[in-house]
Amino acid sequence: MDHHRVAVTASTIAARSQRILARSVRIAIIAVPVVFLAVFFLYPVAAIIGRGLVPRGALDLDPLGSVLTDPGLRHVAWFTVWQAALSTILTVALGIPGAFVLSRYRFRGRALVRALVTVPFVLPTIVVGAAFSALGITGSVGAILLAHIFFNYAVVVRTVGGLWGHLDSRPEEAAQMLGANRWRTFVGVTLPALRPAIIAAASIVFLFCFTSFGVILVLGGPRYATLETEIYRQTAQLLNLPVAAALAVVQLAAVLAALSVGSWARGRRSAALGLRAASEVTKPPRTAGARAFLAANLGLMALLLGAPIAVLVLRSFAPGLDAYRQLTHPGSGFLDAPIQAVWTSLRYASIATVLALLVGGAAAFALAQAHRSKRRSAWLLDALVMLPLGVSAVTVGFGFLIALDSPPLDLRTSPAIIPIAHALIAIPFVVRVMLPVLQSIDPRLREAAAMLGAAPRRVWMEVDLRIAARAALVAAGFAFAISLGEFGATLFIVRPETTTLPVAIYRLLGRPGAASFDQAMAASTILMVLTAASVLVIERLRVRDVGEF
Amino acid sequence: MLEIEQLRVQYGDAVALDGVDLTVADHEVVCVLGPSGSGKSTLLRATAGLELPLAGRVSWDGEDLAGVAPHRRQFGLMFQDHALFPHRDVIGNVAFGLRMQRRATAEVDAGARAALARVGLAGFEHRRVRELSGGEQQRVALARALAPDPRLLMLDEPLGSLDRELRERLASELRTLFVSLGVTALFVTHDQDEAFALADRVVIMRSGTIEQIGAPQEVWSHPATEFAARFLGFANVVDATVDADGVRCAWGPLPRSLAPGDSGGRVRVAARPDALRLDPDGPVRGHVSGSTFRRDHFLVRVETDLGPLEVAAETPPDVGENVGLGLDPSAAVVLPA
Repeated sequence: MDHHRVAVTASTIAARSQRILARSVRIAIIAVPVVFLAVFFLYPVAAIIGRGLVPRGALDLDPLGSVLTDPGLRHVAWFTVWQAALSTILTVALGIPGAFVLSRYRFRGRALVRALVTVPFVLPTIVVGAAFSALGITGSVGAILLAHIFFNYAVVVRTVGGLWGHLDSRPEEAAQMLGANRWRTFVGVTLPALRPAIIAAASIVFLFCFTSFGVILVLGGPRYATLETEIYRQTAQLLNLPVAAALAVVQLAAVLAALSVGSWARGRRSAALGLRAASEVTKPPRTAGARAFLAANLGLMALLLGAPIAVLVLRSFAPGLDAYRQLTHPGSGFLDAPIQAVWTSLRYASIATVLALLVGGAAAFALAQAHRSKRRSAWLLDALVMLPLGVSAVTVGFGFLIALDSPPLDLRTSPAIIPIAHALIAIPFVVRVMLPVLQSIDPRLREAAAMLGAAPRRVWMEVDLRIAARAALVAAGFAFAISLGEFGATLFIVRPETTTLPVAIYRLLGRPGAASFDQAMAASTILMVLTAASVLVIERLRVRDVGEF
Repeated sequence: MLEIEQLRVQYGDAVALDGVDLTVADHEVVCVLGPSGSGKSTLLRATAGLELPLAGRVSWDGEDLAGVAPHRRQFGLMFQDHALFPHRDVIGNVAFGLRMQRRATAEVDAGARAALARVGLAGFEHRRVRELSGGEQQRVALARALAPDPRLLMLDEPLGSLDRELRERLASELRTLFVSLGVTALFVTHDQDEAFALADRVVIMRSGTIEQIGAPQEVWSHPATEFAARFLGFANVVDATVDADGVRCAWGPLPRSLAPGDSGGRVRVAARPDALRLDPDGPVRGHVSGSTFRRDHFLVRVETDLGPLEVAAETPPDVGENVGLGLDPSAAVVLPA
């Protein structure tokens, strides 16, 4: 009997020490994202707010007041809002018919068109700016609006079309049997059913246009500035940090407001919809009118999305291969040949990807665990991880500039600062891809593994980690593309020896002369190909839709 | 030998198991039968260690398993709907338990292949589990649970998701496999045919408690309670009394031997539809309210003073027709009131 009790005690102690180990692993997994985001996100944002509101140790609303009353800056704020609103309205208006033809009509090449339509969304902003410069329409509101439509068309087509393609068509047929014509059916039946997707798409597009930086900087010329470009101008050209900080505070508040409206609208989409398999609702266009409608939309896509890319690539080859050859020679404003920026970008993108996967992956695991055990702290971690998604790249860059420039964290000259900024921007995407996959793991798989003799840590390795691996690959592709194309944050913290490819393109575009412009086109083409390649890898892996974004 | 004593499990305020006692001897196959929500699956999960009991004891060969983690119990559990690992192929699923035992690679591979062959799936090694049919998935799940040679195999609705014909074939295959391997097994189902085809002993559960335990034929022909009787198809239950001479009820006098243990007083008499017959001179009268075709007979519903009764008939009377009903006393059972 005695040895029996000893055995029981020993196994209890073993179980307890294992629980302590599991607990410390869990804490470490939460600590990684929390510490990273606290140091590289909350601290810089706090520094911005500090500079903007308490510049000399005491609350001082003068800079904020002068920003809000200065007619020039008020004009900038107003322009920021209305260009974003107009861009959103136009994008949604053009995107809805596009979503319809790509989700409801069956025609040859549909899958290819759907893939191609997505390409502009993943293109770096600087490439989009360069492409529209190649069309020769810089310095106009029209160019900005067109570029924003180009950029965000895919958001509407994917979000709205994603729902439309699975929407039960029988209520529409019922409305028609009850005597509604096609327009009345669309307005009365289809549009309300699509409303959640339209609101979601519109709020994302508005946020992207509101915080658009590269496009405005390249295409707006000296006449058109938004809060984002103004923060950069005040910082880099006028060296007026108090005003820049005050502007950043205004921008931060506006973005947070837009985000809350967006999540409020998303929270309301609870209407149970009858969803069908996509194959049940697509039909070939039968009538002449339907074929004309399809042709018109495909034509619009070709013109709107295809033309700028085509012109960009053609222009880069206009002087033969000279523009590409010139990239290997140092020019004015460059320490090395611009081609060096390609290697710099690839190196930074690799580091940023690893960082984003480590931090974002840990955050996703911690969030899945917190949601599973229904811990109330989950929403806090949720908010902390997702906030960088809404906050603009310029805020990140500006925050790094003013916060990480003095001990204990002086990273001004550290080559790590750029990949860290990129990782910070990529982390929310990594979490958004990985979290739904982790949450969809059937808890019985873990129990099945335990019943087959796997200890808790082994269960985690054999089930959670294995299933997350594919999602992690997709997330890595995203993170790599985001880092390659990142421009806004980089511009604040870049140094001549750390010039990335987007920054190099920006500098080339700013240099006078047709030869420099051709080089900018060549560099943009290279960046476009690199980004497309990393995203194509994602699309190949994405057999079933992984995650959401 | 598995011993379960006074096991009690609660989910919040809901009592899932309320003082369950059960033993499973070595090489014995025990089936827990009951409607959904009766606590069958909880019994398996608590035995597996996946649920913590509030009170009571689960022990194996006298060793208390409290504090022994699921992965150390050497029990196998085949989940309802199988819970196969979607990210592994067939052999990867089957080999999992052997790998956890840290055996040599060759041994793991050979063991997994042997387990697959045992369930008739040799050649399926590298198929993806999502591409398998329901029956094939069920076999893979069985091979996966059997491969590490668990000292107790538990199965949760092993044939539940399959269609009828496949279910019947696999049930007899399972029985053959259990016998040839000498498996000690505890499984749960809501399907009587499955339970009676597979089990050495049948346990009937009702809302967290055990209603009856016995050999299949004993339980089938002599349910101990009205709940067990109704669950096993004794649809016709009427009031009766027992005295020294016999059992008296609306069916007329029944032999005293039907209620050997009862000393007297109020009881219930239960009969399956096929123990009743349409009989113009029968003691119970009523009118037909409907009938349903059941392959080799019609199930006729008759409204009587005793309540609705069900009788099996070769040709159905018309709805509304007045009929008489008689009982075959040898097929009736007497239950406590």
